[in-house]
Amino acid sequence: MHTILLAEPVAPVTADFSNDTWWIWLIKAVAILVFLLTSVLFAIWFERKVVARMQVRPGPNVHGPFGLLQSLADAMKLLFKEDMTVKAADKVVYIVAPLIAVFCSLLTFAVIPLGPTVSMFGVETPLQLTDFPVAVLYILACASVGVYGIVLGGWSSNSTYPLLGGVRSTAQVISYELAMGLSLVSVFVLAGSMSTSQIVSSQTQLWWFLPLLPAFVIYVISMVGETNRLPFDLPEAEGELVSGYMTEYSSMKFAWFFLAEYINMLNVSAVATTLFLGGWRAPFIPADHFLQQGWWPVLWFLAKLWALMFFFVWVRGSVLRFRYDQFMKLGWKVLIPAALAWLVLVAVVQGLRQFPEFADLELRTILFVIAGIVAVGVVISLFVPEKKRPEPATPPRVLDAFADGYPVPPLPGQVLPPSPRRARVPAGAPGEPDEPDAQTDTKEVHGG
Amino acid sequence: MSAALSAAALAADLTSSLPAVGALPRAVDSAGDPSTAEAVLFWVLAPVMVLASLGLLFARKAVHAALSVILVMICLAFMYVTQGAVFLGVVQVVVYTGAIMMLFLFVLMLVGVSTADSLVETIRGQRWIGWVAGLGLLVVLAGVIGTAAYPEPTGLGSANEASNPVGIAHLIFGRYVFAMEVVGALLVTAALGALVYTHRRRLTPRLGQRERAEARVRDGQHLAPLPAPGVYAKHNAMDVPALDPYGQPIESSVPRVLRVRGQEADAAEYAARIDRVLAGKAAVDRGTSASDEQGTTAPPHAEPQSAPIGEPRIADAVAGVDAGAPDSEEGK
Repeated sequence: MHTILLAEPVAPVTADFSNDTWWIWLIKAVAILVFLLTSVLFAIWFERKVVARMQVRPGPNVHGPFGLLQSLADAMKLLFKEDMTVKAADKVVYIVAPLIAVFCSLLTFAVIPLGPTVSMFGVETPLQLTDFPVAVLYILACASVGVYGIVLGGWSSNSTYPLLGGVRSTAQVISYELAMGLSLVSVFVLAGSMSTSQIVSSQTQLWWFLPLLPAFVIYVISMVGETNRLPFDLPEAEGELVSGYMTEYSSMKFAWFFLAEYINMLNVSAVATTLFLGGWRAPFIPADHFLQQGWWPVLWFLAKLWALMFFFVWVRGSVLRFRYDQFMKLGWKVLIPAALAWLVLVAVVQGLRQFPEFADLELRTILFVIAGIVAVGVVISLFVPEKKRPEPATPPRVLDAFADGYPVPPLPGQVLPPSPRRARVPAGAPGEPDEPDAQTDTKEVHGG
Repeated sequence: MSAALSAAALAADLTSSLPAVGALPRAVDSAGDPSTAEAVLFWVLAPVMVLASLGLLFARKAVHAALSVILVMICLAFMYVTQGAVFLGVVQVVVYTGAIMMLFLFVLMLVGVSTADSLVETIRGQRWIGWVAGLGLLVVLAGVIGTAAYPEPTGLGSANEASNPVGIAHLIFGRYVFAMEVVGALLVTAALGALVYTHRRRLTPRLGQRERAEARVRDGQHLAPLPAPGVYAKHNAMDVPALDPYGQPIESSVPRVLRVRGQEADAAEYAARIDRVLAGKAAVDRGTSASDEQGTTAPPHAEPQSAPIGEPRIADAVAGVDAGAPDSEEGK
């Protein structure tokens, strides 16, 4: 396979938009909008149906064939609900917050390549609205602005649960966006570009999820965190925060948040497809085959997209919600260091390949060497005896007021030695307290 | 208002990036003159940015001021993109708007919605000091801009020759690599300093969920939450104790405060009262002969000592089920 070197001038953008006219842009933009909105309706039905099957029940099956019109009915019902604005809310921010969430989620698909160049009413044009040299960063930017919708919605409701949801969401986004961005950087390094069409065309031989498996795993974990889905749905944890940041929203404003969440799921799935899973390419079919050209690749793209959506639902159906501190620990102490270490490794390998001695080294050889090192490491780690947990050193219960030769105050948990003056307490002290009532003495435990 | 504009601006991004399709925007020609599109966008965005900046100064609520800053940042990013600095524009949004302002907001959000900034001076004369310092900054900036000598513009074509990110990479990691490393070292030092300042030595071992659970089992405490008042009783008021399976009231189900004050109700009395009401009599026993007949039925009062513990009587339970009644959804 051809190795792409950084030193070689990589075309900033592969897709050629030079034939596009204004009505081609209009058709593509409207098509993306329609695709996203109908996909959300389908995704809600899909999720309910799949989760239902996992729980051995039929799921929605009344409205339309297979219950397909259920989410349409739900959307209509939401539209006709009373649109309430909380009296104590910060009105402007309260109304704008869902708008931010939805608008930003609609922006991402503009740079996602859905297929190769096709002929659209006689015009040769790529199946992609636009592309530029930093398209993937643009996706990250849209996502990070979109979170303002959640954060501001939680704050402006002027209510405790939404505020907690908003605060959680802020911390969640800051910590998981780092890991997400770092895992994407290793794709940039290998593909030599940040434009989506260029990244797809760099995966002609090998999809990046295979050589960059750790980055792919980190991306998949952080994309679930980024979209507030189970097991990371802490901003809207219904068992703890009613429904988090959208507790005080109703009717269409609530529907907007809902819409944004599902569009964001589609967005991150599309990004994973484009960056790691070969974009619109079908596996095992040569690039010049008719199935890899024209409109066919849209089918492959959608298949990968919905496979990832199924993964979302599968995870939701099988994993419990994380505790907040566990979630933060996973983000900061596992994902970010792992992503950093992996990035350094990828950069070193890619840097070595710049030297003429290594220039003809195949990526596959490097992969096998790395896999061998990892396998040896795993085997060695099996022989390392497990470390015993050290007993925590507890300070002596009774205070030694001159420990180490200096006067020291009592540490928490230490008790003072019996006072020498205690013996002087007069004998007529108050008697023993009454026998405690067996029923009322039971120690109370709150919250299990 | 500001956030509304930012949302609108973002929505406009879809259209504003359209002219950029294909070739990079050639906003500035080789003579350094802006194109018409850039001029139009500037005159649309500039008033918005000025208004948002004024909003930062005059907003009463801290969060509104932060939103104004976010709006200015996003408009600035659009400016960068129209001038051909795509990378700078997008990174401006990712880093400053997405991360740093989010951190600001994180702190500001903990201040409630209804709190406005107080205008009381905490330092004497701070307003005058602020004015003087602001004027000084203005003079310095004006001096720098007035005396700056601009190089001849080479045009975007040569600046973005090997795509915009590559051009920036050559500048940052080539000509200005030392300055970048210095800034990086400064940031790392600052982060370490913050870590050191907030670090607190732990004096006692950390008590996590596991340790608490283990301690609870070791001490023989209730492992589950206490029963709520009124469970199995005939009344669900806060002061009516729950009944255990033998019909005995569980004192600990009533909140401790009520118990300390002696305000808990008598479960048997409540049950008797309800039975009287169900029998069509007055709730309060007036001592009439009618109430003596059936009104004062005591609650089911089993003997805890003689009650069978251990094996559940499945056969009895099954026999007790009315076979004719629909027992599930499918039966209906």
